[in-house]
Amino acid sequence: MDASQIIFGLTALLIIFSALRVVTTRNMVHAALWLIVTLFGVTVLYALLQANFLAVVQVVVYVGAIAILFIFAIMLTRREIRDSGPQLNRGWLLAAFISLAVFGSLLALLYNAPVAGRLAGSLTGEDTLMALGQALVSPDAYVLPFEVASVLLLAALIGAVYVALNKKQESDQ
Amino acid sequence: MNFWKDPINVAADWLKNVFTGWGLTDPYATALVYLLGAFTMVALVMLLDVFLVWIERKVVARFQDRVGPNRVGPFGLIQPFADIIKLLIKEDITPAGADKVVYNLAPVLSLASVLLLWAILPLSALVYGVDLNVAVLYLVAAGALGTLAVIMAGWSSNNKYALLGAFRTVAQMISFEIPMVVALLIPTILSGSMSLKTVVERQDIWYVILAPLGFIIFLISAIAELGRAPFDLNEAESEIVAGFHIEYSGMKFGLFYAGELLHAFTFGGFMAVLFFGGYRFFGLEQIHPLVAVFILMIKALLGYWVIMWIKYTVPRIRIDHMLAFNWKFLTPMAFALLVVTAVMHKLLSGTQPWVYALGMFLSNVVLLLAALEILRTSARNQRRQEEAALSAIAQTSSH
Repeated sequence: MDASQIIFGLTALLIIFSALRVVTTRNMVHAALWLIVTLFGVTVLYALLQANFLAVVQVVVYVGAIAILFIFAIMLTRREIRDSGPQLNRGWLLAAFISLAVFGSLLALLYNAPVAGRLAGSLTGEDTLMALGQALVSPDAYVLPFEVASVLLLAALIGAVYVALNKKQESDQ
Repeated sequence: MNFWKDPINVAADWLKNVFTGWGLTDPYATALVYLLGAFTMVALVMLLDVFLVWIERKVVARFQDRVGPNRVGPFGLIQPFADIIKLLIKEDITPAGADKVVYNLAPVLSLASVLLLWAILPLSALVYGVDLNVAVLYLVAAGALGTLAVIMAGWSSNNKYALLGAFRTVAQMISFEIPMVVALLIPTILSGSMSLKTVVERQDIWYVILAPLGFIIFLISAIAELGRAPFDLNEAESEIVAGFHIEYSGMKFGLFYAGELLHAFTFGGFMAVLFFGGYRFFGLEQIHPLVAVFILMIKALLGYWVIMWIKYTVPRIRIDHMLAFNWKFLTPMAFALLVVTAVMHKLLSGTQPWVYALGMFLSNVVLLLAALEILRTSARNQRRQEEAALSAIAQTSSH
């Protein structure tokens, strides 16, 4: 067995275990912390695929911003950190069936794919980062989606400022 | 390769041969050598950390016109070991209602987030952990882990002051992350690479000369990220007692304290690498790799000294002032500097080195003067408005 396969197996186990803990733990802050463990597992997978940039951005964006925002939303909005009440709702049987079906079809798809069983090829790091940067700004690659996403984010930013500003003026009056 | 020219790598190769001689296959021997290398690095850094305690206490004493530790050993050099023994034999208290696992994990994560940074710090051309091509982003990612540790400590302590400290930390870290990322992009633009080793190699003129404003922005946001005075709102002793680590005692507090000191020193090292030529110093680094390591350590200590100098000189900033300063002054200036640096670098890249250096330096000075002028005008307008309002009140009351 290859060393990267062992690392992948252990990481996958960690991801599955922590993802299960996210939905089964009753303490909401613990759920957010387990989510961070899951996201770290995904970072390890990116690093195994030699996608350095994605691995680091995963930590900066998901752990550094989104997970911390989750923790704060929980702390500031809930009086009871501990979740009470049933953890399953009426549709759990259907949801379990659908997720199993999706998992089965994905497994079948990947098993029959031509790349199945092949190890990830070796890449040189500098080239992928350069290629990514150039692809994001070259007109015959991703410049349009990149710009559209930037404008969308800017609109969201201005919208957030506008919403916050309106509330402040109302409370002043 | 001989041992004199490259001691670290030759030693690593020798160790790997020993392991393969014992019957290990090549990848496992490499992994074992890397593991031992990381372990040695962490051990040496922690040993350095012990003496940072002595340096910090000695320097703060000088700033406050005291002598500092001088009883245990020559110049008080053994003092940190006495401190360690004291911390270890203190009673270890876990507050009632604390979240035990998270409470115990937080100090470890806090120190680990600092130790992670040493993986990417190029100590010399041949002595470094890893030459990552996204090192600049890695620096920000490790900072995010430090923030997470503070939140975990603040929340799990089951203490209102600790939670307030955690809230303040997040407000501060999330805001100052933005000018820091922008300031980090300036060496990236100037060198054309995010790898710190390449940044040092291409730094024929120190970037502090090409982008002095970038260095100042990095210094300010680094101090904010460290949570040191004047940005030590998360542990402001006169307001929230000790902030996020109020409930920690003994060695758990010691880990936070050691992490803070090492963090400051590490940022001194990053300042040296990004803006002061790293391990290079007029060709002296070519004598021997360990001389280069020594040069970097001296530069890092100077950076650490500047951070201490600011800490023990400037009083604490108020939280609304801190946020306004960041969002209304530092962030816009950082973005303007980014644009100016990119344009000037492209315009002047073909010219003589001295023309290039002078142009970059002057563009920074002009930008700083313009920013200060805008600031002065807006402050003057604000004062005029307030004075007009005051005089209007005075007139109505006199009638």
